[in-house]
Amino acid sequence: MNSYIVKRLAILIPVLLGMTLIVFSIIHAIPGDPAETILGDKATEQSKQALREQLGLDKPWFQQYGTYLSELAHGDLGDSIRTRQPIAREMLPYLAATLELTVASMFFAIVVGMNAGIVSAWKRNSWFDYVSMVIALVGVSMPIFWLGLMEQWIFANKLHWLPSIGRMNSRDPVEAVTHLAVIDAFIGGRMDQVWTVIKHLILPSIALGTIPMAVIARITRSSMLEVMDADYIRTARAKGLASFQVVYKHALKNAAIPVLTVIGLQTGSLLGGAVLTETIFAWPGIGRYIFEAISSRDYPVIQSGILIIAFLFVIINLIVDLLYAVLDRRIRYQ
Amino acid sequence: MSKKYAKHKIWTVLLVLALGAVLALSGCGGSGEGAKPEAGKTPSGAGEGVQDTLIYGRGGDSVALDPAIVTESESLKIGMQVFDTLLEYKVNTTEIQPGLAESWEVSPDGLVYTFKLRQGVKFHDGSDFNAEAVVFNFDRWADPKSPYKFEGDSFDYYDSMFGPEGSRVIKEVKAVDANSVQFTLNKPQAPFLQNIAMPSFSIASPKAIQEKKADFKSNPVGTGPFVFKEWKRNDTITLEKNPNYWKEGQPKLAKIIVRSIPDNTARFNALQNGEIDLMEDLNPDDAKQLDGNSELVKIERPSFNVAYIGFNLKKKTFNNPKVRQALNHAVNKQAIVDALFAGQAKPAVNPMPPTLWGYNDSIQDYAYDLDKAKSLLAEAGFPNGLPEPLTFYAMPVSRPYMPDGKKVAEAIQADFEKIGVKVNIQSPEWATYLDDLKAGEKDDLYMLGWNGDNGDPDNFLYTLLDKDTIPGNNRSFYVNEELHKVLVKAQVEVDQDKRGELYKQAQVIIKQDAPWIPLVHSTPLMAGKANLKGFVPSPAGMEAYGNIYFE
Repeated sequence: MNSYIVKRLAILIPVLLGMTLIVFSIIHAIPGDPAETILGDKATEQSKQALREQLGLDKPWFQQYGTYLSELAHGDLGDSIRTRQPIAREMLPYLAATLELTVASMFFAIVVGMNAGIVSAWKRNSWFDYVSMVIALVGVSMPIFWLGLMEQWIFANKLHWLPSIGRMNSRDPVEAVTHLAVIDAFIGGRMDQVWTVIKHLILPSIALGTIPMAVIARITRSSMLEVMDADYIRTARAKGLASFQVVYKHALKNAAIPVLTVIGLQTGSLLGGAVLTETIFAWPGIGRYIFEAISSRDYPVIQSGILIIAFLFVIINLIVDLLYAVLDRRIRYQ
Repeated sequence: MSKKYAKHKIWTVLLVLALGAVLALSGCGGSGEGAKPEAGKTPSGAGEGVQDTLIYGRGGDSVALDPAIVTESESLKIGMQVFDTLLEYKVNTTEIQPGLAESWEVSPDGLVYTFKLRQGVKFHDGSDFNAEAVVFNFDRWADPKSPYKFEGDSFDYYDSMFGPEGSRVIKEVKAVDANSVQFTLNKPQAPFLQNIAMPSFSIASPKAIQEKKADFKSNPVGTGPFVFKEWKRNDTITLEKNPNYWKEGQPKLAKIIVRSIPDNTARFNALQNGEIDLMEDLNPDDAKQLDGNSELVKIERPSFNVAYIGFNLKKKTFNNPKVRQALNHAVNKQAIVDALFAGQAKPAVNPMPPTLWGYNDSIQDYAYDLDKAKSLLAEAGFPNGLPEPLTFYAMPVSRPYMPDGKKVAEAIQADFEKIGVKVNIQSPEWATYLDDLKAGEKDDLYMLGWNGDNGDPDNFLYTLLDKDTIPGNNRSFYVNEELHKVLVKAQVEVDQDKRGELYKQAQVIIKQDAPWIPLVHSTPLMAGKANLKGFVPSPAGMEAYGNIYFE
């Protein structure tokens, strides 16, 4: 097991290095003059030229890449061009906001999606099966933008049940310590605010979690169906085990691997793909942070942002792989 | 981790999932108990008594909070609250009135301005506002080697209003005594007082700049109605009341929270749900929902902008003014205003808004007349319309002067089709869009707009159409020597009436040459709570919030 983990970790190094090269090359392929974009169309030519020199944009790209790598090796992500703040420090709150949203979304997606899939397979061809698979189909093709605005319109505007934007009540904010608002509310002893913060999470995490929820439901269902026809399930049933035990203990364990794969992939895609949700719900997360950086040609921020997301993606993959090994002992020997 | 333990863990996970299933099934409609907020109708209600915190919702965040180093309005809007300028614009207009300077005198040759400063004013950090502070600020902006010009900063508005290094308008700024300061100019500048009133020339605390250095741009200290408190980037900026503000009875609010909510509809949803109190950039279509709502009101910002279609004169097709005039005749501006601006705009005749002095209202617009358009095209040698389709750049972003560029482009495309001119609409991403227009290689015609910075026609006509602003804001590459002479003459003329005449003359030349199709002057919409009082939207797109209060 340990050597498996070590091997998996060793693969990370070339992967990460490759990532830096790809990210760097893509960014330098973007057309447009960063100096003009950063300074705006009212800037003078002199100040633009000065900025170009200062950012090293006048140097050849491989030289820029070399500088970038050596800084990266020192744990320095560079400074944002737009705000002049160190990126590592500046990015933290956004990353935390997105992580919080991702966790809540995946919690929603996994709990609802897996259970819907399991029950659908268990009660195959029942009304529940049909209804939940139709919902899953709609969920996969639902535009997040529309879903988000509809949620706001119904649950915030009309029913006044939930807040429509932001992470907390800005008239009475929770002090940031970890930048994970739920945890910060606990740390600050703001028990009244814990529920408020959670309420702010509900609408965006449903909007963001709907697609993974639908994907997970469908995968779980088909994977469960396959397993439930297997001999050992028939044996278990024959032994007189209760249906619930058969489904949730015996069948699910073997059906879980493809589901786990999908959960891993979906989590990764949520990390980077949350721009729309973050925009609609005014959620100050990493998706919007990178998006703003792209529209202002903030090269170092775009680079670091994508790199961090790619890094997290790789980490999630690693976790999924390790979980495979836990779920199925044969895997680790491959 | 032992294998046995791992097994247990899986069991726990499975049990949790099972529990979730039960919950999901029991709460089938998604409206379980947990959804009800305990706080009643408005989740973020203001509590007892009269509300004294304003939450202001806008589309984007600031870039930096030192108004001297930025040119975009989201940053300057915050500057307006934290800082004061020597002179300011009267509420709702672009006329100037005393600010930190109580009075001023101008020498007869227009070269020496002496300002008498307000006494007893203090910066938020407790230091005194005086002549030295004014000198410090102006020296900082003018001196490229100033120790207070921090890495990557540039004072672009200073350079563009008072000339770049080497041809500065301001020769020297010196303190006559503690409360008067004297500006000596190299050459007269007609809009000098107008320019001084721009928020970019806000007087910052020298002590704070010296102490905070590069951090000043995220921790601004001025003399304004509100004290900067906190900036959570992309999220909120918090400002608190300046209890020692020099304007009697201001500010009326205890706190202002400025929130970035990028999507216009989401922002409107938040306003309706009571999470914000005032919002910018209401979609014209959403405005209808305010009719009959007694809690919210629509607020119209005075129109001080122009949206236009520019011809790229680098392209041979547009060498002949008859082609440009023909296309001017082919656009049905009123139909565009009615359908795509929900009536919240006026068709534009000239490149500057009619509310600005110097506007020439004797100019007749090219009427919507397809026959006239066709005959002009025929005279230009194109009896069957243009042989090649044109590339039309349509704005990919929403701006107050142009809420939906692509739809407007489609309407114009249909208009042009009727006179045999085909266009392909392209909308690359915004930064690329601006770069392409500036290079002038890819586009044949394009859409853009401008919101006035100060109350001077120079800021429209010279900035957008003079040959000096190529490459730059003159994205039509329009060169007319006669126009250039008029505009440059107007820059140094001190008599405002004479200047007005020159600008009227300039508009005649521009109309005749038709480098643009001036499209609309839009009325940007805002919305706010009905009990919010004292908010007077300014034409320049930003205002101080000192007078706002809740009833």
